[in-house]
Amino acid sequence: MYRIVSSIFLAENIKKIEIEAPRIAKKRKAGQFVMLRVTDHGERIPLTIAGSDPEKGTITLIVQGMGKSTRALNLLEAGSSIADIVGPLGTPSHIENFGTAVSIGGGVGTAIAYPTAIALKEAGNHVITINGARSKDLVILEREMQEVSDEAYITTDDGSYGYHGFVTQKLQELIDSGRKIDFVLAIGPIPMMKAVAEVTRPYGIKTVVSLNPIMVDGTGMCGGCRVTVDGEIKFACVDGPEFDAHKVDFTNLADRNRIYLSEEKESSSGEHRCHLHQQK
Amino acid sequence: MAIPRQPMPAQDPNVRNRNFKEVNLGYTPELAMQEALRCIQCKDPVCIQGCPVNIKIDEFIQLVAEGDFLGAARKVKEDNVLPAVCGRVCPQEDQCEKACIIGKKHQPVAIGNLERFVADWEREHGEPEMPEVKPPTGRKVAVIGSGPAGLSCANDLIRQGHEVVVFEALHELGGVLMYGVPEFRLPKEIVRQEIEGLKQMGVRFQTDVVVGRSVTIDELIEDEGFNAVFIGVGAGLPWFMGIPGENLVGVLAANEFLTRVNLMKAYDFPEGSDTPVFDCRGKNVAVFGGGNTAMDAVRTAKRLGAEHAYIIYRRSEAEMPARAEEIHHAKEEGIEFLLLMNPLEFLGDDKHWLTGVKCIKMELGEPDDSGRRRPVPIEGSEFTLPLDMAIISIGNGSNPLIKQTTPDIEVSRRETIVVDVNTMATSKENVYAGGDIVTGGATVILAMGAGRTAAKAINEKLMGTAASHDEW
Repeated sequence: MYRIVSSIFLAENIKKIEIEAPRIAKKRKAGQFVMLRVTDHGERIPLTIAGSDPEKGTITLIVQGMGKSTRALNLLEAGSSIADIVGPLGTPSHIENFGTAVSIGGGVGTAIAYPTAIALKEAGNHVITINGARSKDLVILEREMQEVSDEAYITTDDGSYGYHGFVTQKLQELIDSGRKIDFVLAIGPIPMMKAVAEVTRPYGIKTVVSLNPIMVDGTGMCGGCRVTVDGEIKFACVDGPEFDAHKVDFTNLADRNRIYLSEEKESSSGEHRCHLHQQK
Repeated sequence: MAIPRQPMPAQDPNVRNRNFKEVNLGYTPELAMQEALRCIQCKDPVCIQGCPVNIKIDEFIQLVAEGDFLGAARKVKEDNVLPAVCGRVCPQEDQCEKACIIGKKHQPVAIGNLERFVADWEREHGEPEMPEVKPPTGRKVAVIGSGPAGLSCANDLIRQGHEVVVFEALHELGGVLMYGVPEFRLPKEIVRQEIEGLKQMGVRFQTDVVVGRSVTIDELIEDEGFNAVFIGVGAGLPWFMGIPGENLVGVLAANEFLTRVNLMKAYDFPEGSDTPVFDCRGKNVAVFGGGNTAMDAVRTAKRLGAEHAYIIYRRSEAEMPARAEEIHHAKEEGIEFLLLMNPLEFLGDDKHWLTGVKCIKMELGEPDDSGRRRPVPIEGSEFTLPLDMAIISIGNGSNPLIKQTTPDIEVSRRETIVVDVNTMATSKENVYAGGDIVTGGATVILAMGAGRTAAKAINEKLMGTAASHDEW
């Protein structure tokens, strides 16, 4: 069992959770993830590590309640425990001094872009961050992002805060304004990462995305997370999760992520039934 | 020989292909004693040489014949830490039973069935009695991987008085015994209980630790004070066929399918497990391959409600690597064997879901390097088979994590770890390896044998070569 040290909401349905996991805290690098199980009959789900405190032996995860397991995790308060957490998994982000680096986070992807933005800054890059949310109340890590960025932009789809529009529009504006951009990291929903790849492709700007396929073990033994990169099969859990955005087959990734949609609904509705039962 | 080999009672095929309960029901005491009488107690029991961990087969069978089932179980445990597992999953026909003298003229003694019987008897009736553990030596050994190789190595080392810590990447112990072999062949509770015995002897287990990621081998030696390391991480990296359409939705590796069903209990979704698996009910499911993993996968698909559950294999039944018993069980359960057929391409719909497979018929030509007759395509024999799910079971390679993070361990061209076969020592000082990570995909009992060999060498290294020779 792994103890939850703190658990606080950052926005509606998005929680920042600090978990005791000394081995992971000591080893983890930007871009890596964990697999965790909330309960003994729980499924294994991948979550990227947002931060760690090696002294305290804790890691931080930022979790959006999307389905049964993430909602169950978000219900846990400080002092409770989860069944299993293993990591750090995946290949760490490739960090160097590229020059000017843009880190783009969409939605809860901002939490994943955050540790890499820190690493890019530490490597001497001029760091620009663009963080997108659907609306103002879903903006997370604004202050943290400002602290690690030379320039920080927030975009909202509805214009309720910051720049009115998508992250790709802001990126395009930066490029159009003649800024020299050497590296782009994009993390968020598949359509957003795909759109960023299309913005940078004509300019030949090196662009990396962190992929989010379905995973089971997260250690390379099942191939459930395989993705097509440059026409070749790669396992995102060991070869990635970060890949060259201009070589990723996003359509295939989106297709494969849909395989269990009906089962996920069934699982979540089962959870609702349980709640009704408890209330009787 | 007056007494015929006693058959193993089993669930009815048309009942068991709808449940996940164990197929084989085990011997009764009467059947076991009857079978034990068939052993002629050879002066030179060659069956023992046929067993990779050299169980004292003649002695334990004699005890069964006398009705001392607990005594027999303890005799087996002197050499085998997982008798209830091995009695179930070993290919005895290629090992102990192949060597049995009776087998020259009649059916060999059912050594596997008897081993299983005594282990089950002890678990159900006896106070589990642990083998003696020597006083602490003050030496620490890290065992990486809790599969058969690691467990058997840990068993021998703890009994020599060393401190043993087993590191396991998954949340459950047992390796392939937990995620690979299905419940209907090997109930998971049995694996847990056999591992419990190791805990009682003092072996410590750390789950959720991926060596190569959570900690490296060098850190185990330098920072955590381990005097030796045994690598038993298996061959768990699934191979794909590299044919068009393999990334369609509905095409998956047997490892993923079996891990979902066995380890994550997806057959109990959504009530008892949160892990989903492809809904096989009324569907056409094909498993590509002819090994034990393929049989496990196809029989699992049938149990999940597949209308048609096919084995598609490019050679004939004679070349299948799967155990004869498993092929026989599969056929009884209604598995359809499509032999001498090779897939060329997976076909999908406009949403990229699998709809079928294009295959070509094969015929057998001259023997190849492996000694098996090489399958050759028959020109113009292509056909299409409608499919909803395709499970790839053509073998596994080595996980690259250890190689990537410990470059001073020599690996072969096939990425298996290179060892001295007498000691299982790797090219790195005080680091040993055994099981599938050395041989490529093989059997549970061969991995256990390798674990024993390594434990012996590790013990000699830690204690000084001469000291412990007569102890073994």
